Amino acid sequence: MVNDTSSRHRGAFTLLKRAVGAAILAGVVGGGGFLAYAWYPSIAPIAKPAASSFSDEAVRRGALVAAAGYCAECHTRQDRGGGPALAGDYAMETPFGAIYSPNITPDPETGIGHWSEAAFKRAMNRGVSRDGSHLYPAFPFDHFTKVSDQDVADLYAYLMTRAPVHMEHRANTVPFPFSIRLLQAGWKLMFFTPGRFRPDPNHDTQWNRGAYLAEGDAHCGSCHTPRNLLGAEKASHAYDGAVIDGWIAPPLNDHNPTPVVWTEDELFAYLRHGVAPLHGSAAGPMAPVPHQFLSQLPESDVRAIAHYYADLDHAAARAGQDQAAIAVAMAQSKIDLTGPQTDPDARLYQGACAACHYNAAPAPVSGRPELALNNALWLDEPNNLFMVMLHGIGAAEGQDGIAMPSFYAGLSDADMARIAAYLRRTRTTRPPWTDLEKKAAAMRATLKTPPINASH
Amino acid sequence: MKTTFELNGKPVSVEAPGDTPLLWVLRDDLDLTGTKFGCGIGECGACTVHVGGRATRSCITPLSSIEGAAVTTIEGLDPAGEHPVQVAWRDIQVPQCGYCQSGQIMQAASLLKDYPHPTDDEIDGVMGGSLCRCMTYIRIRKAIKQAAAQAAGQPGEQTGGDATHG
Repeated sequence: MVNDTSSRHRGAFTLLKRAVGAAILAGVVGGGGFLAYAWYPSIAPIAKPAASSFSDEAVRRGALVAAAGYCAECHTRQDRGGGPALAGDYAMETPFGAIYSPNITPDPETGIGHWSEAAFKRAMNRGVSRDGSHLYPAFPFDHFTKVSDQDVADLYAYLMTRAPVHMEHRANTVPFPFSIRLLQAGWKLMFFTPGRFRPDPNHDTQWNRGAYLAEGDAHCGSCHTPRNLLGAEKASHAYDGAVIDGWIAPPLNDHNPTPVVWTEDELFAYLRHGVAPLHGSAAGPMAPVPHQFLSQLPESDVRAIAHYYADLDHAAARAGQDQAAIAVAMAQSKIDLTGPQTDPDARLYQGACAACHYNAAPAPVSGRPELALNNALWLDEPNNLFMVMLHGIGAAEGQDGIAMPSFYAGLSDADMARIAAYLRRTRTTRPPWTDLEKKAAAMRATLKTPPINASH
Repeated sequence: MKTTFELNGKPVSVEAPGDTPLLWVLRDDLDLTGTKFGCGIGECGACTVHVGGRATRSCITPLSSIEGAAVTTIEGLDPAGEHPVQVAWRDIQVPQCGYCQSGQIMQAASLLKDYPHPTDDEIDGVMGGSLCRCMTYIRIRKAIKQAAAQAAGQPGEQTGGDATHG
C-alpha cells in the first residue's frame, strides 16, 4: 500500500512537473512568439531629403492626401493660443490620459526630418515609429493601413517639403501600465488587421473610391464608431455613433434617427459645404472637416464619400417618406409661435431661438436651421443641442459666413434644460430626455473658458 | 487678438479679446451707436445686426466667431436710409420711444429676404424675439407689409444674401 501510495505520489508529481514544464515551455515559446510579433527594429535615420528630390506632382497629390486625412487637425496645437501647422503638441484627451501629438514637419531633431520613406510607410501601415516603438492607436493606423502605397509616398513627399518647425511636444500623461509601448503590440494582436484597402468587386468605382477614402485616409470610424474598454473600435457596431470631446458623432448607418434620411445629396452638401439643408450644420469637432479639409479635395472625391455612406445607411430604401417628414416638420416649426402664448417654455423658446429657427412651408429656408429636422434634437442624448447653445457656431464653421451666438451667459442650465425638453416634446416623436439640467451643467463644464464676455 | 471682418461693406480690423461681444465692438470701438444694448442675453432683439445677411443678436455673438464675416448694422442697411423697411417705418411713424427700432428694422429686413410677402404667422414667427416695451407691434406689422409691397421687384441690401467667403 505504502509503495503503491508513494508510486501514485511520484506519478502525480511527475505529471505536475510535466504540466509545469509544458506551461513554462508554452510561456517561453508564446512569449518568444509575442516578442517576435511585437518587436520592430529601428530604421536608420537619414539626412533630411532635399525638397528637389520630390516631384511637384507628388507634392501636389500629397497635399490632397493630407487634406483627406485631416493631418493638420490633430498635429497642430490648439490650446495655448495655437501652434504652427503640423508641428504637433495637439492635446488629445483619452480615457487613458492626455496624448500630445508629435511634430510631423521635417525638422530633424523634433520632427520627422530623419525619417526615411520606409520608416514613414511603416508608421502608416503598421503604427510603428521610426525607432521601432509602437504608436498609440490615437494615431488611427487601423485606418491608415488601408491607404495605398502611392498615396503614402505622396503624403511623405508633401510632409517632407513643408517648412521644418523646431518644436517639442508636451509629455503624455498616460499612466503605467498603459504607458508601456510594448503592450500596444498586444492591442494590435487583438484589434488590428494590417493591409491596404481592397476594392469590393460587387460595387462600382465611385462606391469603392468613397469606401477607400472613408475607411482609410478620412478615418471616419475613428469618431463615428464606438470604442471598447481598450479603446478599439467595436467592429460589430461600426458607425453606430460615439461621444467625442463631449459632442455626439452621430450614427452614419441606418440607426441615425433623423426624420429625413441622410441621402447622398444631403451628405455631399454637409461634407463639402458644412451644412445639410434638412439636417443641420457641421459644428464642434466636425466643423473643420468640411471647411478646412474636404473642401480642398476634388468634388468627385467628396461625392464618392457621400455615395458610400448613402449606401451604408440604405438611403435609397428609406428616403420614400422624406417629403412627408418635411411636411410634418413645417407644421411643427410654427407650434406656439403665433397668437397669444402662455406656456413659459414656449415663450422662452420664442424669445431666444425662434427668430432664427422658425420656418414656414413648404421647406426650410437656407440659413434657418429647422430644429424639427435637426440631428441634435433627434439623437439619444442632448449633448449636441447643449453644446451648440453654449458655444454658438462661428462664421467659419457650419454654414459659411453666418453665425449663431453663444447662449453661454444668456441661458442658465435650467433654461437650457427647459428649451431642450420643450423642443423634444413638441418637435420630435422620440422619448423625452432625462436629467436635462444635470446634463446641461455637464456640457457647460466641458468649456474651459466662457466663449462670451457678459454684462451680467 | 486681432479680428478682421467686413463692416457695412468695408474691411475693418479690431484689436480686442475674442470673447468680446460684437455689440461692444460696434458701439465702443467702432463708434456705431445705432445698434442698441437691450437685455444683453439675446432675449429682446434690440442689438440685432446682420451677419452674412442674417439677423444676429450682437450682444451674445463673440467677436472671434465673426472673423471673415460680413456684418451690416442699421447704419449700413441702406447708404441713404431708404431701405423699404426704413421708408415704411417713417411713413407709418412706427416708433414711440424708438429704443428697439434699429433691431426691429434689421430683423424685419431679414424677414423680407426669407419671406418677401409675409403672412401674419410668418411675421409673428420671425419677429417674436424682438420686443417693444411701447407695444407698437400693430404698426410694426403694418410697416412690414407696406415695405413688402414696396420692395416687390426692387433689389435688397447689397451685403445680403448668402455669404461668399469661407
